[in-house]
Amino acid sequence: MKNKETTSRRKFLDKGLKMGLITAIGGIGLTKLASKLSAQSEESSNHKMELMTTDGTIIQVDSSEVEEMDHHTKEDHLNHNVREGIPNRKFVMVIDLAKCKNALKCQVACNKHHYITGDNAWLKVYKMQESKDTAPYWMPTTCMHCDKPACVTVCPVDATFKRKDGLVLIDNERCIGCRFCMAACPYATRVFNWSEPNQGEITLAMDMGEEIHSTPEHAGLPSIKGTVDKCDFCPHSIQNGELPHCVTACPNGVFYFGDKYEDTVTNGDETLRLSKLLNDKSGYRLMEGLGTDPSVYYLPPVDRLVNFEDGLEHFTEFQSVEKPE
Amino acid sequence: MKNYDTLLNDLAPKKFGKLGVIWTSSLLVIIIIGIIAYIDQLIKGQVVTNMRDYALWGIYISNFVFFVATSFVGSVTVAVLRLTNNNWRTPIVRIAEIISLAAIVMAGITIMIDMARPDRLLNLFIHARLQSPITWDVIIIPTSIAVSFLLLYFPLIPDLAILKKHYKDESPFLSKWYGKLSLNWTGSKMQKAIQTKSIQIIALMIIPIGLILQTIDAWLFSTTYRIGWDSTNMGAYFISGAFVAGVGALVTVIYVIRKVYKLENYITELHFDKLGKFLVLACLTYLYFNINEYLIPVFTAKKGELTHLDELFTGHYSILFWLVIVGGLIIPSIVLMFKNFRKPLPMFIIGLAVVIGSWWKRYLIVTPTLLHPFMPIQGVPESWHHYFPSIHEWLITLATLAMALLIITILVRYLPVIPIQRTADEQEMLKNDKNTKS
Repeated sequence: MKNKETTSRRKFLDKGLKMGLITAIGGIGLTKLASKLSAQSEESSNHKMELMTTDGTIIQVDSSEVEEMDHHTKEDHLNHNVREGIPNRKFVMVIDLAKCKNALKCQVACNKHHYITGDNAWLKVYKMQESKDTAPYWMPTTCMHCDKPACVTVCPVDATFKRKDGLVLIDNERCIGCRFCMAACPYATRVFNWSEPNQGEITLAMDMGEEIHSTPEHAGLPSIKGTVDKCDFCPHSIQNGELPHCVTACPNGVFYFGDKYEDTVTNGDETLRLSKLLNDKSGYRLMEGLGTDPSVYYLPPVDRLVNFEDGLEHFTEFQSVEKPE
Repeated sequence: MKNYDTLLNDLAPKKFGKLGVIWTSSLLVIIIIGIIAYIDQLIKGQVVTNMRDYALWGIYISNFVFFVATSFVGSVTVAVLRLTNNNWRTPIVRIAEIISLAAIVMAGITIMIDMARPDRLLNLFIHARLQSPITWDVIIIPTSIAVSFLLLYFPLIPDLAILKKHYKDESPFLSKWYGKLSLNWTGSKMQKAIQTKSIQIIALMIIPIGLILQTIDAWLFSTTYRIGWDSTNMGAYFISGAFVAGVGALVTVIYVIRKVYKLENYITELHFDKLGKFLVLACLTYLYFNINEYLIPVFTAKKGELTHLDELFTGHYSILFWLVIVGGLIIPSIVLMFKNFRKPLPMFIIGLAVVIGSWWKRYLIVTPTLLHPFMPIQGVPESWHHYFPSIHEWLITLATLAMALLIITILVRYLPVIPIQRTADEQEMLKNDKNTKS
């Protein structure tokens, strides 16, 4: 009997405590809410603004309700952590195979702006044909900037890393040259500096004593002997509000670059909704089955505006970087 | 039964004859040439190798895998035979321990030769990431080196004390060093108890460490998306392969040491017979995993995999592939089933074939896979479609092999290759045994 009494008393105390806690929290919440409400009504300026909603209707809003949106400023792009990436962005690329005729302007531009002078370009345009009976097509490839990058997993020193804005970059000052990332990458996108790179003007400037500080955000400036290089999605251009070099160089509008969060991609001429584009044109990604989740999407080579044969003129089986005369 | 003095005279390390000097100096010459080649590689970069963006690993890596595999001999013969109470092991364990130590030390050096930026070696510790199989290697290789060293050193202590006495007049300098290294061993009951217990612990430790080492080595490959590497079979396949390479190396080295040191009375035909059976077991196990790795996948091979297998079975690598499989695995396992072939000389020849086969086998694991990526190889010079080691790579690799042999040679020169104390104890036991029986 006595036992029962104590337990019920304990229960009562327990309940009481909990109730008290809830009331306290609720009370604080209510006062906060109230203060907010009163503050707003106090600051009402009675000045109405006309705004257009996304579906096109005009509405009136009190001007005090209107706040400037937190949008991407140039500051944001310049003052971010190199390993974290540009905040609130997720860069993607769409490559429309129906438009590519192997003009190779993308590769030339990429080679030029990244000072690529080795034997293996970072941006390749592959001559593809799945089987004898299927149609051949040209397939430009960059680094896929996978969301589950195999290369980053195996790097022993965190020299190659994945950023929140989607980019997979390389810290050439840290890379130990084990080439495990190259072995791990299923897209064969990585390139090694087997010897001291001779990068023309860059090497010349460095020889003159000019100090060029290597940054993961501009790969190839300069390339470093015994380390790995690859396509970096040109964050140095993005920071200046420009598109990657391959996108602007392409005369056929093959490359679209953009932001997945904004659901927008552009090839410089037209700006499209990413989701709609992928939906309408059956976008896909390379080797989806591996589970690497690439950031580069492909549109299949259907309803082509160009002849495959036109591209053969530029195709070189054994060369991807033009050698200076 | 021989008395203790002849035993000591037979087993104490001896000075090299003419042949020994020639052997050692040729090893030194090979090593010096290799070091020069390596310095050249450091200056010019790995452009001096024939590795390129597709064949991004070459014989440095396959040679590394070979050394790691060979180091497994310590785990297999010493620890396993010890724990299973196989008493015939006494005269061969020390040689196995020596090979094991030499191989694992060289594995550590070889993997650094493959690093294009050895100057940034410390990054492996400063910026270590635990998810990378290379970090696992960074942890397990030094551990293996330490444990392999202890496995050699602890059983050696009583012998060092014996040698200290033995060389007292002959060579005071050597005697002093043996004395220092013997850690004041007197053979007291307590010392013996501590020693036995320590050896037991190390022998127990070296088995999981050996297995982990081989498996991590396999995972370096199987954690990539590459056709021919991305296989669940890889860990067990590497362990069984290491079993073959290790025992093969042991047979070969034992034959040479027995011949040079005239140890026929200690390392008898019985030992070769036993080792022969051991090697058959190793080869058959490895063959089993080879069938799992190459033959059975043919049934469900996808396009890329089929290209890879075709290249091995009938293509560019077929001659090497079948030489290694038939000459280094099938023939040894058949031939060694007959007693007549488990004699010293035939065993030496077979052991050599197995070791050479094991070396090339690693080459076949590393190279063909890299030359069959998922994407077509385009836009690179024609020479990048193939791989065969350059002169630099050969010179450096030969130097690493010579260095392993040099470590073995030096240890054999200064250490008793057959445990003196143990042999004496065992013979004493035999004698007592006979006395009680008669």
